[in-house]
Amino acid sequence: MSANGKPSAPFVEVKGVSKWFGPLQVLKEISLEVNEHNVVCLIGASGSGKSTLLRCLNMLERIEEGEILIDGERITHDKVDVNALRRKIGIVFQAYNLFPHMTVLQNVMLAPRKARRVPRDEAEWAARSLLSRIGLEEKADEFPDRLSGGQQQRVAIVRALAMEPKLMLLDEITSALDPQLVSDVLNLVRELATSGMTMILATHEMGFAREVADKVCFLDAGCILEEGTPEQIFRDPKEPRTREFLARVLEAEKLG
Amino acid sequence: MHALHEVLHAFFNLHSYTLAMPDVWAGFQVNLKMMAIAEVLVLVLALAIAVIRGLPGRGAKPLRALAIAYTDFFRGTPIIIVAFFVGFGVPGLQLGYISSRSFTTYGIVTLTLVYTAYVTEVYRAGIESVHASQRAAARSLGLSYAQTMRYVIIPQAVRRVIPPLLNDFVGLQKDTAIVSVIGVAEAASLSQQFSTQNGDFPSYLVAATFFILITIPLARFTDHLVAQRERRERAQAF
Repeated sequence: MSANGKPSAPFVEVKGVSKWFGPLQVLKEISLEVNEHNVVCLIGASGSGKSTLLRCLNMLERIEEGEILIDGERITHDKVDVNALRRKIGIVFQAYNLFPHMTVLQNVMLAPRKARRVPRDEAEWAARSLLSRIGLEEKADEFPDRLSGGQQQRVAIVRALAMEPKLMLLDEITSALDPQLVSDVLNLVRELATSGMTMILATHEMGFAREVADKVCFLDAGCILEEGTPEQIFRDPKEPRTREFLARVLEAEKLG
Repeated sequence: MHALHEVLHAFFNLHSYTLAMPDVWAGFQVNLKMMAIAEVLVLVLALAIAVIRGLPGRGAKPLRALAIAYTDFFRGTPIIIVAFFVGFGVPGLQLGYISSRSFTTYGIVTLTLVYTAYVTEVYRAGIESVHASQRAAARSLGLSYAQTMRYVIIPQAVRRVIPPLLNDFVGLQKDTAIVSVIGVAEAASLSQQFSTQNGDFPSYLVAATFFILITIPLARFTDHLVAQRERRERAQAF
């Protein structure tokens, strides 16, 4: 319920979305709602469709069936302005994907300057203040390969934030990091969650999902098999597949 | 012993070598001019064609086909045939301005046509070598296709292809001698003239010297760039 008493529409609505890679159906009639300022975590084994779902949300992948609404706007028709849509949605990838030929500062400034036409001075000021927020202001003029994985991933996050997105999609952003570098990145995501950023995370960090998520979805073979509050999913999963998955992850964490 | 002396004298006569120098140098300046202009044109045109070849979507299909036809034709045709086409064919068309250019201009056009086809392939390999995730990152930030190419893909591609590109330029620089067949008065043809007049061959050696003096530094520079990149990539692996 919003302030004026009317039920507010969810910020993201996914309705019956299916997608195929050739003969392989990777998403099966997925439906999902994400409210503004909420954090939704997608969990599930590799290949369960988490990443593909995220990539469909900013149209890096096309869907064959169903529809997606973001901020009340249907994005799954041919005439949608994908560039305008993507300016509202930040995505961060597992492999950081910083631009290696640009300095950290240039990485952060590029999209605001070119896609939003922010004047150089203003873009630079904004980029530097974002970098100082993550404690990397002295790295502004370094190239990405001089930074650790954790630092690169934090730069990738602020690069997305520099576009002032209304929604952030985080695709297993800690999976490529050494364990000791994970916490810096998670702290930044936690901070974003606290500040009210709407986020959808695909993650293998169960402890973190439990802590920050408003809703957890368990994906299995392209379906959302079960969704609920973190309490419900982690304490009392209904589906045997969910139980099995969580047991396996916990086992792995103990061994790690 | 006598014969060897004759041979040495015919090829390595210092006096004759010095005598041929001014003529051949005058010709080599034409080669230098053709190299410089053709290389700039090739750099720009090849990039344009490489980008056209990579354009997405069904609408761009005719353009892509045209780009492919261009590279196929000019990579498959011997440069001397292209030189005949341009140098003899175009003036024969009697198309006013186009048909009344100098031999040097037709030489530059020949070199540009042929080497643009080679360098297009070099650029294309470079563009394709940039990982798809870079494109995804740029597009997901809201950059358009053109902006993604301009700021993210092409700068990385060009850096990677500089060594093979310079390699093609060594070829181009040497091939400035081939267009003498259409009557360009450049180093090779002038050295031949001098040789005929003088009855010996050191003038060829003069021409060779000039070409070597310009291509060897370029080849070494290319080696240097390759070595530098290997070092950097090895450093990154750790």
